[in-house]
Amino acid sequence: MWTSSHGQIDRRIATPEPGLSGLHLICGEMDMNAAKRPNRWFRNLSAKVASIPMILTALVVFVGGTAWTVFYSFTGSRLLPKVKFVGFDQYERLWSTRRWMISIENLAVYGICSLILTMVLGFTLAALLDRKIRFENTFRTIFLYPFALSFVVTGLAWQWILNPDFGLQGVVRRWGWESFNFDPLNNPDLVIYGLLIAGMWQGTGLVMVIMLAGLRGIDEDIWKATRVDGIGLVKTYVQVIVPMMRPVFVTALVIISSGIIKLYDLVVAQTNGGPGISSEVPAKYVIDYMFKAQNLGQGFAASTMMLVSVIIILVPWAYLEFGGKKHG
Amino acid sequence: MKCKTKLLSAAAIVCATGAGAAEIEVTHWWTSGGEAAAVSEFAKAFRATGHTWVDGAIAGSCGTARPIIISRILGGDPMAATQLNHGRQAEELIEAGLMTDLTEIAEAEGWKDLVNPSALLDSCTFEGRIYCVPVNIHSAQWLWLSHDAFEKAGVDVPKDWHEFVAAAPALQKAGLVPLAMGQQGWQQNIAFGTLTIAIAGIDDWREVTVNKNAEVAAGESYKSVFEAAANARELARDSNVQDWNLATNMVITGKAGGQIMGDWAQGEFQIAGQVADQDYTCLPGLGINKILDTGGDAFYFPKVDDPEVQAGQLDLASLLISREVQVSFNLAKGSLPVRGDIDMSSANSCMQKGLEILAAGGVLPSGDMALSADTTTQVEDLMAEFWASDLSATEAQARYVDIIARAD
Repeated sequence: MWTSSHGQIDRRIATPEPGLSGLHLICGEMDMNAAKRPNRWFRNLSAKVASIPMILTALVVFVGGTAWTVFYSFTGSRLLPKVKFVGFDQYERLWSTRRWMISIENLAVYGICSLILTMVLGFTLAALLDRKIRFENTFRTIFLYPFALSFVVTGLAWQWILNPDFGLQGVVRRWGWESFNFDPLNNPDLVIYGLLIAGMWQGTGLVMVIMLAGLRGIDEDIWKATRVDGIGLVKTYVQVIVPMMRPVFVTALVIISSGIIKLYDLVVAQTNGGPGISSEVPAKYVIDYMFKAQNLGQGFAASTMMLVSVIIILVPWAYLEFGGKKHG
Repeated sequence: MKCKTKLLSAAAIVCATGAGAAEIEVTHWWTSGGEAAAVSEFAKAFRATGHTWVDGAIAGSCGTARPIIISRILGGDPMAATQLNHGRQAEELIEAGLMTDLTEIAEAEGWKDLVNPSALLDSCTFEGRIYCVPVNIHSAQWLWLSHDAFEKAGVDVPKDWHEFVAAAPALQKAGLVPLAMGQQGWQQNIAFGTLTIAIAGIDDWREVTVNKNAEVAAGESYKSVFEAAANARELARDSNVQDWNLATNMVITGKAGGQIMGDWAQGEFQIAGQVADQDYTCLPGLGINKILDTGGDAFYFPKVDDPEVQAGQLDLASLLISREVQVSFNLAKGSLPVRGDIDMSSANSCMQKGLEILAAGGVLPSGDMALSADTTTQVEDLMAEFWASDLSATEAQARYVDIIARAD
């Protein structure tokens, strides 16, 4: 039975049926076959056994851990979790804390800027590299190199580069431009942009490589066709290539946004929330209140709010992205 | 035969050990030059007993290190010994039974009679049992002044805070930063606390910090504290270093007039080869109220299963409080010893000032002992914002009152 079913699938894959619709067909039929057989639980047993650790991880660590955290955010837990309900007290305190409000604001500024700029820059760099330039390998390596560094190293390096005395500002002033002023890390209004520069320097390379891979996946014939039709280069990119690369953009989007939400180590290394509390971020609030302030309840409330904000953004998007397809 | 070893410096401990040597991992956040020199005194003495000292230094001061230490203990990966500030930080860890009970060894060695002031051991005591070894007394209420800087500015070295404020314009004219200040909440909180004791006075400080009286915090005396802090903020405007030892370095090199920092700054002056009253001056209590708080460091020993490590923990505990180690450690660290019965005559004039105040009974409980970590963090957040922005004294005071009113 095993061999026969495998043979069946093999044969189907071997038949020249291009595109996704072919795969859909196979999957659909497999499900139907499975439904007819009584022992469907044991089909592809090795694959199922192999995925047990991940299933358990997902259930226990992600779902279980999340439920536990949300539950204890309604308690007055201090250093250790204790079941002593305080209702919404933790949330009330959270939203009346100035540091939390600043954190949210910073994350929003950083998130929106980083999302747009990284996408645009990443795509532009990839498109430029894709123009069959000389030394493409060299440039690709240079742009991707920062990604090999951790956020901590990135943060420290940029802390030094942006240091007013011996960093960029100091160097330019020594060249003779005495009034040159570029000191974002010591300016409460600009510090988040100092972080943004470091974050983008680190992350753009990866997005560029993803985009480049997507561009390489575009069939040469498309280019030929646009050339025959006389469509301009920019117009080709914007109206033809970008829509074709939709899945690549989605991948890049998910990678960038997960990086934004968990923004923590870069801040700790580069500014440690300073000057004052002007570059605090939500993840840092969570860690600080859980362990430094020894107030688990408050930290959990903050992390629950982070989860809620992710869900608010993610659910409509996931619905549009995946929900629509079923019907269509 | 055992007693022959008394000739060695770490005598008592060698006697106690005899048996197997253990690997003891010790976590601490002593990473600046002076601090590292001090902790190596511990390591040296401990290695002499035959055990292995595995140094677990965590960079980034207590705010960074404490979460790491606590999460390791809670996460079931305890180190054999760890530095913490005694007080309320470890309260719940003890309650949860995660810390080794040291009562037996403490009673055998008579710590109760040794430790001076006795409040130090009290803060290691939980429900009548002793859980930590105090190793030093640190007080935060010190103003460190650079002779070099005041010479450059052409004014006399101030004798108290008021003179310092008056001398500040001269320093600024000479292109110097009057007040060095690391841009971290806990340092700014120390400066604020010190100003409070000097300006609002001890009674009001005690009423607010120990009894959490929000009315006093909203009163006139605290208003003048916040105004003084707002003034100090202007003096520290051009000091954009982060770590406290970098700020101390500004004083050492004469780039800044002074710094409000705990007595651990002393170690930095020592490492730089400076001499008290000759290159720098120290003013306890800002030269106004000669009183010191008795915070400090203590070692806790998380529970472990390995019996060899357990034995090593007890050996380390008794070593930390032994005479020789107390002297060598505290001389290097610039802190005061926890024992009243040892000879500190080799200490410099700054430490002598501290010892005198201690002997005269001018002690206060430290903020760590009086306020919970939760409240302290909130105050530090407020101070971080206050010192780095243009937040008005009135608004800062209003928020401070809020925090005190909610403190537990």
